[in-house]
Amino acid sequence: MLKILKYSFYDLMRSRWSYVYFAFYLLLGVVLLFLNNDLSKAVITLMNVIIVLVPLIGTIFGVMYYYNSKEFTELLLAQPLKRSSIFLGQYLGVALSLSMSLILGLGIPFVLYGLFESSAIWDFSLLLVTGTFLTLIFTALAFNIALSNENKIKGFGYAILLWLFLAVIYDGLFLMTLIMFEDYPLDKVSLIGTMLNPIDLSRTLILLKLDISALLGYTGAVFKQFFGTSFGLIVSFVMLTVWVILPVLRIVFKSKKKDF
Amino acid sequence: MKHIFIFVIAILMANSTIAQTIEVCKTCPISTLTDGILQAKDFDTIIVKQGTYKEYDIVVDKPLTIIGEKYPVIDGELKGEIITITSDNVTVDGLFIINVGTSYTEDYAAIRVRRSKNFVIQNLVLEKLFFGIYIEKSRDGKVFHNKIIGDAVEEYNSGNGIQLWYSKNVQIEHNFVQHVRDGIYLEFSDDCLIKNNVSTLNVRYGLHFMFSNDDTYQDNTFENNGAGVAVMFSKRIKMYNNIFKENWGTASYGMLLKEINDAEIVGNTFEDNTIGINIEGSNRINYKHNNFKNNGWAIKVKGACYTNNFTENNFLYNSFDIAYNSKVNDNIFDNNYWSSYTGYDLDKDGIGDVPYRPVKLFSYIVNRTPETIILLRSMFIDIIDFSEKVSPVFTPDDLLDNNPQIKKLTW
Repeated sequence: MLKILKYSFYDLMRSRWSYVYFAFYLLLGVVLLFLNNDLSKAVITLMNVIIVLVPLIGTIFGVMYYYNSKEFTELLLAQPLKRSSIFLGQYLGVALSLSMSLILGLGIPFVLYGLFESSAIWDFSLLLVTGTFLTLIFTALAFNIALSNENKIKGFGYAILLWLFLAVIYDGLFLMTLIMFEDYPLDKVSLIGTMLNPIDLSRTLILLKLDISALLGYTGAVFKQFFGTSFGLIVSFVMLTVWVILPVLRIVFKSKKKDF
Repeated sequence: MKHIFIFVIAILMANSTIAQTIEVCKTCPISTLTDGILQAKDFDTIIVKQGTYKEYDIVVDKPLTIIGEKYPVIDGELKGEIITITSDNVTVDGLFIINVGTSYTEDYAAIRVRRSKNFVIQNLVLEKLFFGIYIEKSRDGKVFHNKIIGDAVEEYNSGNGIQLWYSKNVQIEHNFVQHVRDGIYLEFSDDCLIKNNVSTLNVRYGLHFMFSNDDTYQDNTFENNGAGVAVMFSKRIKMYNNIFKENWGTASYGMLLKEINDAEIVGNTFEDNTIGINIEGSNRINYKHNNFKNNGWAIKVKGACYTNNFTENNFLYNSFDIAYNSKVNDNIFDNNYWSSYTGYDLDKDGIGDVPYRPVKLFSYIVNRTPETIILLRSMFIDIIDFSEKVSPVFTPDDLLDNNPQIKKLTW
């Protein structure tokens, strides 16, 4: 598995897209710092960008890589290798190279700007950790979609739809539900609803840092326990990990049964 | 006859002008403060030497100056009130007063001023107290440089740090109040000046006004109090250059205004509060040169607020700038800087060419269904906020800042 991971990783490192992705984040970081002149404000803006963009790129890139390297995969399948290690190796190769582009692309300008002397370092590390989690989750979801669809166009379509659903539509439905059932106590429902969507989950993590003063304005014991203590942070991270593990398990399961 | 008259005058004058100094210490002939006051004549000075004096119910009924040397401790042993001033022209300086009794029927204070004029209370340290400095029906006094540290946990069995009741023209400056119920409380007290105080970690309010008119408070810091500062049922209050910080919680505000008319709120800083200012039934107030930074809600308008002027303020990175619960608007927002303003300035006059709408649709939704707060900063919310901005349906459509500033204002 490690060998395949290495090949996928080096293959992607040589590809143009990783550089474009890396350059994009580098540029974003530099421009934000240049315009804001304030580390913590730049971190806030980045958070907004990351929770939308990282999932999008993760999904598209994951699907694209799977379809592009299909012939290579078929070649590997002819060798005496475990299927799970082939697909997991490829998945990790994509996810890790994307995460590396993200971390380096954003990290370099911020470190040069004096991150280590700033109080924003915790916010920034949270941002990178969240970004990495989102990459891992959405690449895994993309591999799932690609494995289930032989048709490239269909696969891309589903991938985009998945992103759109989780990034926008889900929140719309969520909001409608909350408003429709506003006569009932909703604090547990709203927290569970957040847990079921990785983008919302990362957003909540960020809210915990940025808008804690507004969040504490709501009267509700569950909310208070969730947002007022480190409980919220821990639960969010556990849920993010679950969100990584489940799709990866499905990759393993699906790849074992699939005919090529 | 004439000689005798002059002699009498001379004696009287000598008596009243050459004030005596009385020393109180553990080994002196006079070993308690109560004794010292008993022995003293009008306008004498009592010097209390270092040591611990276990006394309570000390009544100062003559114009005296009581000065503590190296902070002598007056220990009330939780038996009741410690010092009560009932005479005019009393000065109390440099005492360390601890262990005031707690009662549910009487407001025991560390030091109480009753029906007195021209009093000065300064450099005191009060600890383990019920009420700290209680000024009732008095006027023209000064309360300077005191440090009050309580241990209040619940509202019902704790008292206020500095309380004014039916008093006039009192100056409260450079005090430090912590861990009491209300840091500073004014009830029916007019023409007072509250300046340079620090009021933090109090169970209820940092500063609390009730039925008090024409008062000024400026350059104070209110931090981390149970519910911030409350100004209620008062007229013509001036609030200048105060700092309101980190008042977090469901019913917590930087400042709560209720039934306040004709006030001036200038140069204050509201930072990291759940609600910067909560306004209810307040009219003709000028808000100018204030900074609202990182608050949950910078300003929450609850209704019945007319002809208020919000000009030249900075609204920086608040989750919500303004929340309104009605569609009627009679308040003016003009020339403010809004960090979330996204318009442009083509003629480069420093004023945005597109008006800014400070009330977002989402703040209306949150008002209705508070749980939706969890969707804050979601992309879907940004989209509906944008569509509301283009054509307002739920928010007051005349609530606009027609001259939003492009750059952060400095004064």
